[in-house]
Amino acid sequence: MRFLLDAEQAEFGRTLGRMLAAADTPAAVRAWGAGDSAPGSAVWRRLAGAGVFGLAVPEKCGGAGFLPVDLIVSFVELGRYAVPGPVVETAVAAVLLERLGDTGGLADIWRPAIAAGDAMVSYADLARGPYALDAATADVTFLVDGDTLRASDGSGPVQPSVDPARRLARCPGGAVLASGPAVRAAAAQADDIARLLTAAQALGVGRRLLDDTVAYVKQRTQFGVAIGSFQAVKHRLADVLLALEFAEPLVYGAAVEVAGASQAGTADAADAAGVGIAMAKVAAGEAAYAAARAALQLHGALGYTDELDLSLWIRKARALRNAWGTPAECRARVLPSPVATTR
Amino acid sequence: MDLELTAADEEFRREARDWLAAHVPAEPLPSLETAEGFAAHRAWERELHGGRWSAVTWPEEYGGRGASVLQWLLFEEEYHAARAPGRVSQNGVSLLAPTLFEHGTDEQVARVLPPMARGETVWAQAWSEPGAGSDLAALRSAAVRADGGWLLRGHKTWSSRAAFADRAFGLFRSHPGGDRPHHGLTYLMFDLAAPGVTVRPIGRLDGKPAFAELFLEDVFVPDADVIGEPGQGWRVAMSTAGNERGLTLRSPGRFTAAADRLAALWRAGADPADTALRDRVADALIGARAYQLSAYAGVARLTEGGTPGAAASLTKIFWSELDIALHETALDLLGPHGELADAAPEAPDHGGWADGWIFALAGPVYAGTNEIQRDIIAERLLGLPKGRR
Ligand SMILES: Cc1cc2nc3c(=O)[nH]c(=O)nc-3n(C[C@H](O)[C@H](O)[C@H](O)COP(=O)(O)OP(=O)(O)OC[C@H]3O[C@@H](n4cnc5c(N)ncnc54)[C@H](O)[C@@H]3O)c2cc1C
Repeated sequence: MRFLLDAEQAEFGRTLGRMLAAADTPAAVRAWGAGDSAPGSAVWRRLAGAGVFGLAVPEKCGGAGFLPVDLIVSFVELGRYAVPGPVVETAVAAVLLERLGDTGGLADIWRPAIAAGDAMVSYADLARGPYALDAATADVTFLVDGDTLRASDGSGPVQPSVDPARRLARCPGGAVLASGPAVRAAAAQADDIARLLTAAQALGVGRRLLDDTVAYVKQRTQFGVAIGSFQAVKHRLADVLLALEFAEPLVYGAAVEVAGASQAGTADAADAAGVGIAMAKVAAGEAAYAAARAALQLHGALGYTDELDLSLWIRKARALRNAWGTPAECRARVLPSPVATTR
Repeated sequence: MDLELTAADEEFRREARDWLAAHVPAEPLPSLETAEGFAAHRAWERELHGGRWSAVTWPEEYGGRGASVLQWLLFEEEYHAARAPGRVSQNGVSLLAPTLFEHGTDEQVARVLPPMARGETVWAQAWSEPGAGSDLAALRSAAVRADGGWLLRGHKTWSSRAAFADRAFGLFRSHPGGDRPHHGLTYLMFDLAAPGVTVRPIGRLDGKPAFAELFLEDVFVPDADVIGEPGQGWRVAMSTAGNERGLTLRSPGRFTAAADRLAALWRAGADPADTALRDRVADALIGARAYQLSAYAGVARLTEGGTPGAAASLTKIFWSELDIALHETALDLLGPHGELADAAPEAPDHGGWADGWIFALAGPVYAGTNEIQRDIIAERLLGLPKGRR
């Protein structure tokens, strides 16, 4: 057993981090929220160039094969730099199409485009809610409605989110790509992967909030000393670190299980991995949200302004906590009701 | 990155499981915080040693198996899943032994460890004093130079299991007048039956004499029982503390097994509509799994040359809080039966949940309080400035 990133994976994360740090993502996020997707799309292309979306696409379609652990490495960085856009949805659309197998040739068109970064894809399962993320900006939105998969090409009016960079809209139906029980089954697995990538993103958001807050409390003084020397401040940040440190292995552990399940190819293995994912989502979502609350509090009045870039992460933490599975839904997955299991 | 065991590790796990299945007493032993239970647990230690399971990571010459840290984690998972008895030898095996491996002489290791492995010598930790708890360096009990050794004078308290134990290890002020309080301390081992030692048992929250006060009047300790250099006791003590807060004292196996039992309890009879309680049970499962996976990662890091350092403080807060949440949830699940103490014949599960709750409540206090651990995390892991204590 070697439950640690290998040197290549760790270096991949560092490289992405450096690239995103240089890309001025806060400006791209603000532009995205204001309806200008150009800077965000530029970041997107660089990510695709680094191979991020290819990690969800099989080699025969121009990807690197489905590599869950490497995807986590990337999505933690996407969270750390608050990259805007339907990042989870694009990766998950590739997974969904792969799980579905034959979709009348359509899958073969979109998967190479996703791997190459030529397609920004949104994805929504109407069983989860009526809104698709960034559908107005995406090249296509895949919609699962019951056991039908459609490709929607339009988008209703944007419903502003608490996180302005997440632009939600209803989508009209489009051409039917596939239907039948296989769609439901593939959508259930896609839902788990979306939840896992969201957990990874939350982890990155939490790490960033903690780093920025630690830097701030070292430098801000009150009563003649740095506020970071006060125990009330220290202990709150120690608790944030604690929550993040114990959420992280759950996220990676779930990715390892997903990789195993994808090799095994059985529904039982996929379901067991889904439980691990639900655990990871609860822990990472709550940790990131605790980081956001602590960051807001410890930055004082500054924390409550939208001028400070910190606000980009505070709002994202709130949205990610419920996206692709609320804490209650995830806990119910971890411990299904006895009534449900005996049915 | 993987979670797969090698064939050798699988085999080790299977061997442990088989042995435990054949040897774990069918009925739980009486509480180890009583004279009768202490004796029964000592006998269990001897039996464990007979199968060479009492200290699996030690070299074979001292009674161990030379097992890896990962194998130790696997053994602990099996041990707790099998509901094997609590370890009366824990202070010795988890705290003193690693300290001796790091700072002891060859002679000390060869003399002290084998009887510890056999359960013949049970050790108590004599660190705390009435005026020195969180501020351990404020301790005043003294070691005074004597011919061929040292004379101990003073007053120790809260020594777990000292009411029935054989020997103790602790810190004493040997070089008074140093410029800083943690300078001039010496770490030594002494006999609880030696002339000059008075042991006064103290009842814990449920009245059982789980710890004791020690009054020391010119207790002679030979030089051979000093661990490390005289005057350098703080450094030696900090290596013990790392073990106490880190994995070794409370392995993940303890929590994965307890969380599984809790989930079984919930499935067996909880109201499915009580989602608030369901969420707490789910959180116990999540916490236990998080601790287990974090331990696997920690072991991989150690194997590649890392050191746990201040990360042990994260571990300590995590397990102590998880332990309380888990037991509180169990007592709530048990409803009217949750109030029954372990002495009650009708207590569910032989009173294990009630007794476990009493035990868990102390977790945030001993091994350095959680407030002190948060200071360590903030200063050493987050790099925040030291403030007034
Ligand atoms: C069940 C149990 C078993 C034990 N076993 C042993 C043993 O075997 N051997 C042994 O030597 N000791 C043992 N102890 C003692 C234990 O290590 C001490 O209780 C602990 O170190 C705290 O010391 P104290 O009780 O003096 O509390 P104090 O140090 O007086 O602390 C009281 C409260 O004040 C808080 N506090 C103190 N200083 C600060 C600070 N700077 N910042 C913030 N908060 C602070 C503490 O966190 C705590 O909440 C045991 C304790 C228990 C409960």
